[in-house]
Amino acid sequence: MSKRSTWALPYAIFLVLFVALPLILIMVYAFQDGAGGWTLGNFTKFFRDTDAINTFALSLEVAIENTAICILLGYPAAWILSNKKLNKSAVTIVLFIMPMWINALMRTLATAELFHMLGIQLGKGTLIIGMVYDYLPFMIYPIYNILDRMDKSYAEAAADLGATPWQVFWKVQVPLSMPGVVSGIMMVFMPTVSTFAISEFLTNNKIKLFGTIIQENINSSMWNYGAALSLVMLVIIGITSLLQDNKKEVSGGIV
Amino acid sequence: MKRFFAQCYIWLLLIVLYAPIFFIAVFSFTESKVLGNWTGFSTKLYSNLFTGNMQGTGSLMHAIENTLIIALIAATVSTILGTVAAIGIHNMRGRGKQAINFLNNIPMLNPDIITGVSLFLLFVFLHISQGYVTVVLAHITFCTPYVVLSVLPKLTQMNPNIYEAALDLGATPFQALRKVLIPMLKPGMISGFILAFTMSLDDFAVTFFTRGTIGLDTLSTYIYTDARKGGLTPELRPMITLMFVGILILLIIINLRKIRNSKTAVE
Repeated sequence: MSKRSTWALPYAIFLVLFVALPLILIMVYAFQDGAGGWTLGNFTKFFRDTDAINTFALSLEVAIENTAICILLGYPAAWILSNKKLNKSAVTIVLFIMPMWINALMRTLATAELFHMLGIQLGKGTLIIGMVYDYLPFMIYPIYNILDRMDKSYAEAAADLGATPWQVFWKVQVPLSMPGVVSGIMMVFMPTVSTFAISEFLTNNKIKLFGTIIQENINSSMWNYGAALSLVMLVIIGITSLLQDNKKEVSGGIV
Repeated sequence: MKRFFAQCYIWLLLIVLYAPIFFIAVFSFTESKVLGNWTGFSTKLYSNLFTGNMQGTGSLMHAIENTLIIALIAATVSTILGTVAAIGIHNMRGRGKQAINFLNNIPMLNPDIITGVSLFLLFVFLHISQGYVTVVLAHITFCTPYVVLSVLPKLTQMNPNIYEAALDLGATPFQALRKVLIPMLKPGMISGFILAFTMSLDDFAVTFFTRGTIGLDTLSTYIYTDARKGGLTPELRPMITLMFVGILILLIIINLRKIRNSKTAVE
């Protein structure tokens, strides 16, 4: 019994080498200058760079707007899909899940082409609409999952005790489905705040998001500044993941 | 009445969601360079796609090949690595278990761009020249956690006495592993493999940062470069269409089978 615990050893070494060490390297590079000396210069550069700060703020704004729209559109959809009286067909569920299996760049490109075809000017509006296109399924799926598995007797009990359907919805079903909404937020907010290629496609390179700046710096060999920006993003991600109290499994299988 | 409105909402959403792919599919059957300009029915784009006969972009087939090979290697290695690791983790206790679970969660929570940048810095730091190998290693890094999380629940559900019984009845540890443990973990391994495979197929950011400058292209990086050159290569339209149709059919089959199985189970 005890011997088999050593089976985890190869993976433990692998994790240290390919997960822990790279993250430590981001921190090391972020606090170094090009010559290898320790400095805070990369961060002061970021806070003085109005362009970078503006882009950072815009990225947060776009991510928040996208997440909010996804909840507003996705929650009712998930609720209808999970309600056996309103939706009897499994095909609609598959249709909502399917885009998650398709390459995101391809879907984005298709959306951008549609905007072209309709003669819509690419800009911030198309950026947000395009992102909603990309991420709506990732909001619907976790909420649907939790609503579908929810014990129906809670709602019945509330109704028996005299709650109106509206009260049952707001006071019983919505609170119980919050874990689904939280994983939906994680699955939508995190990729939007860190995206880079998608924003370029949807705005024809007119609008830069934070991810694009990181990529540009890394690709033009400004590794230290790029690492510092990545660290800033990691902090945002860290704050977001605090939302998800204790490590609940993020939705099991996707099929 | 309520049902009518609910269905309207659902289908309206679906129609809007699927509008882009619908137009891509329609215009994959005409030869025009831009979407929305119908120049008569033609399957030329499809035959171009399969013969690789495109204006200066014959490397598309090559990119598809790379994508599939990388996904296959990454998914296979992470299934083996992840299953062995899961058996180990299941038998661990205390701090070590916590630490390994913590590290295992990081690649799943990290945005792709952070995983990509951090691995890029690792390869720079270790002076490893980037190319095929580094891309495969990077894919294994973000695929294995999904395998571990797919296999672990199967281990917890399993009755440990069955394995012990096999040993008591004279099986060598290797036989017990092959004939008892592996068959019981198989469903978890298969779903882990499928998850890993699709994760790898889907990846763009990590590949982008770890592929180096040797001109290695997967489908995602190919599309990225192609779209930045200005406009979508018309041949990508039939390819997007075929992938959508293929995955749609696959998912419907899987889900219908699942529903039928659960129905027979109830009866």
